[in-house]
Amino acid sequence: MKEWHSMTIAVLVGLTVRWAVSLNSYSGAGKPPMFGDYEAQRHWQEITLNLPVQEWYFNSSDNNLQYWGLDYPPLTAYHSLLCAYVAEFINPDWVALHTSRGYESDHHKLFMRSTVFIADLMIYIPAVVLYCCYLKETSPRKKIANAFCILLYPGLLLIDYGHFQYNCVSLGLTLWGVLGLSYDWDILGSLAFCLALNYKQMELYHSLPFFCFLLGKCLKKDLKGKGLLLLIKLITTVVAAFALCWLPFFTQLEQTMQVLRRLFPVGRGLFEDKVANFWCSLNVLLKIKSLLSPHTQLMFSFALTFLSLLPACLKLTLQPSLRGFKYALVSCALSFFLFSFQVHEKSILLVSLPVCLILNEVPFMSIWFLLVSTFSMLPLLLKDQLALASVGTTLGFGVACASSFSIFENISEEELQLRSFSVYVRRHIPGFKVPAKMLKTWFLVSVTMMSLLTLTSITVEPPHKLPDLFPVLVCLVSCLHFLLFLIYFNVIILWDHRNGRSQKKIN
Amino acid sequence: MAASGAAVRGGGRAFLSLALGVSLLKCLLIPAYYSTDFEVHRNWLAITHSLPVSRWYYEATSEWTLDYPPFFAWFEYTLSHIAKVFDPEMLNIQNLNYASPRTVLFQRFSVIFTDVLFIYSVYECCKCIEGKKAGKELTEKPTFILSVLLLWNFGLLIVDHIHFQYNGFLFGLMLLSVARLFQKRHLEGAFLFAILLHFKHIYLYVAPAYGIYLLRSYCFTADKPDGSVTWSSFSFLRLIALGFIVCFVSALSLGPFIAMPSIFCLWFKPQGPRGFLRCLIVCALSSFMFGWHVHEKAILLAILPMSLLSVGKPQDAAIYLLLTTTGHYSLFPLLFTAPEFPIKVLLMLLFTVYSFSSLKTLFRKEKLLNWMETIYLVGLGPLEICCELVFPFTPWKLKYPFIPLFLTSVYCAAGITYAWFRLSVSMLPGPAVSKAKLQ
Repeated sequence: MKEWHSMTIAVLVGLTVRWAVSLNSYSGAGKPPMFGDYEAQRHWQEITLNLPVQEWYFNSSDNNLQYWGLDYPPLTAYHSLLCAYVAEFINPDWVALHTSRGYESDHHKLFMRSTVFIADLMIYIPAVVLYCCYLKETSPRKKIANAFCILLYPGLLLIDYGHFQYNCVSLGLTLWGVLGLSYDWDILGSLAFCLALNYKQMELYHSLPFFCFLLGKCLKKDLKGKGLLLLIKLITTVVAAFALCWLPFFTQLEQTMQVLRRLFPVGRGLFEDKVANFWCSLNVLLKIKSLLSPHTQLMFSFALTFLSLLPACLKLTLQPSLRGFKYALVSCALSFFLFSFQVHEKSILLVSLPVCLILNEVPFMSIWFLLVSTFSMLPLLLKDQLALASVGTTLGFGVACASSFSIFENISEEELQLRSFSVYVRRHIPGFKVPAKMLKTWFLVSVTMMSLLTLTSITVEPPHKLPDLFPVLVCLVSCLHFLLFLIYFNVIILWDHRNGRSQKKIN
Repeated sequence: MAASGAAVRGGGRAFLSLALGVSLLKCLLIPAYYSTDFEVHRNWLAITHSLPVSRWYYEATSEWTLDYPPFFAWFEYTLSHIAKVFDPEMLNIQNLNYASPRTVLFQRFSVIFTDVLFIYSVYECCKCIEGKKAGKELTEKPTFILSVLLLWNFGLLIVDHIHFQYNGFLFGLMLLSVARLFQKRHLEGAFLFAILLHFKHIYLYVAPAYGIYLLRSYCFTADKPDGSVTWSSFSFLRLIALGFIVCFVSALSLGPFIAMPSIFCLWFKPQGPRGFLRCLIVCALSSFMFGWHVHEKAILLAILPMSLLSVGKPQDAAIYLLLTTTGHYSLFPLLFTAPEFPIKVLLMLLFTVYSFSSLKTLFRKEKLLNWMETIYLVGLGPLEICCELVFPFTPWKLKYPFIPLFLTSVYCAAGITYAWFRLSVSMLPGPAVSKAKLQ
């Protein structure tokens, strides 16, 4: 069958599954007075449509910041405004100031779901298709299988089309950025990433690899000549992009400061609710939230985050390569997720996107990671009545990956990209072998543990004395997996010799 | 040998992936809209569970009285024992329109689970298709294409798993009986079909095909060289065996005078199991076109068996594409709710794109559809846009609300009639065939 026919079918299956997930409930459905993320997005449409720009981020009688105040950068606000214009055209009651609070109806739900779908269709899905079509050294069949699996990744589906968010916009724009950088369209790539950053500030997790890769490219082109020119062009692009997005908020310093205060609520503490990162897991054994002062917590978090991502970033700056860039995206985002401040469980999606990009290189480990990432959000998904959708999409993803990639055959060092690492270790410890055969067993144990925890969380009531038992267990198990994955990905980056010694061009 | 072994394993894995994948999609459709048929089946669960057998067909508390044959009633009775575990309240006859989350979950799962029979029957049908060219890529093999066309059939998905019905396992019985006839296990095929009739009497429409085929090709054990009947080879033993199973089938068949031409061909010029299948499809389509109190879902009775023929010859593939696309589109009015609109459009696109591209690749040397047929099918797009996206915003919506249904019916009727005509024509063996046989 022609390649584009198969790709169309893969995309159509992805779209169908998205709408099937949309049939389910959303965050905060029928739960006054605060509701959830769905109501937050609707409220932002109400605010941006009815109030002037200067009042969007400020507390006033018309805009109570305690009730879902805007806490994403301006591009989200503009997107909400665009959606609000359409909403007003269809039914003004949906976005009327004050009176539309907590508005819920079947038609409104369809409208909101459609806004996510259209954003997805315009930004994220074309980026995925293009990325897979232009993968190097891959057969057409593998390219389509790759796209198919990425489009079926349950985590993004469940959060965007279930819980309700617009991660497809920021992740899609980041992917366009990666595409741009792969083809040496550095200006366009950095422009796309700046837009992503101005859509959700969490994209800062990806900013260091972008920065180091581009800096590395400039250095390689010799900072005195072409390199300097590229650097200047990039700086201009970034400044211009930010200026354009923040234009209405640059008129007064107070405006800018208020927006920044909304984006980075450092007063809110090291973590909120249960999240599968290092601090929350440590807190189970050692109550650091009460032991250390907020300032010390901030310092520790800062230090640990940067220490863990420094090696990968340094290597990327000194030996810039597309391969290194993709792996650095994974490890930096994972470092931020594990050690940073005020991390939400949905931020794991920022790690999942780069992992999707290396799916064709290390299919076994990537699929394992993507399964764990979906599992780590289980408490949130159960709260949103998405149990059936979660299990269904996760199993479907498993079936799609099992039939696309031969993950059940024997895994070798080469396939895990650990050949150079084991060669290095063998120089010091002869006879060392990466326990590749054991991996299959560990994978089965891991999947069994996750399935059992999922089943128990859905069917059994937790004991009275420990009402948060299951969410905490989910977080601990996921955090352990993530720490091991962090080590694994860093090992690949640091022992990657291919691009240092080979004569291949940057690509 | 090793290569073919690997190919078989690869084919088996692909089949399993397709079956698992579609089952998971069905699970995702559990929260979708369901029609009054949901309440119908809940009521039948209640009736069969709570009342003695003698009262099953008299109970009339609900407007949805039991109007399927007894085997289906026993089927509901069996299900009711499992339903007890999910929510005993659904088995109360007085609980009209009872639809608790557990009830919905149970009923939906029962449809998904009973589809296992359908999956098995598809597996058996694939064995009957000859894999002509070995060494072709897996996704281009006729068996793979047939698996997708049957397992991921759009009509079955939206009628069973959204609208809510139990056609999956019933069509499984039918396809299994067809497969048994292909495999020359005639008694088994007849037995399965007889059972099917007592599950849902709508299958009477295709009974003439079974009756005549079994009489002609099973009871008469040998043919003359030119294909006509050898009266002396008649086997009484076989007839009695069949008679036990099938005699009432012929007597009760409906509308034989419409299906007559194909029945004649099946008697006078039998073409083996393929001829039987062709006759079955024509019977189904004729009854759809001219029968009494026909539901739009009855088009599936023609579409599903036609999938078996479509991977055989290019002419059949062309008729299949016309019949399926038009027939599936005619099911659109069944799902009229807004949240299900994107799903039905996407599933329709998915199935249509797949069926066209896979069959065109399989028969890449022939041109399947001429320009007129292509324009007709492409016209379905603007028709859908007019009916569901434009019309609701026009002033005619209040005055003439049935215009979209009318347009859909008329447009699809043209396509289905044309497909019926071509299919009937394909049943008539041309003069060239008998001459070739003589040589």
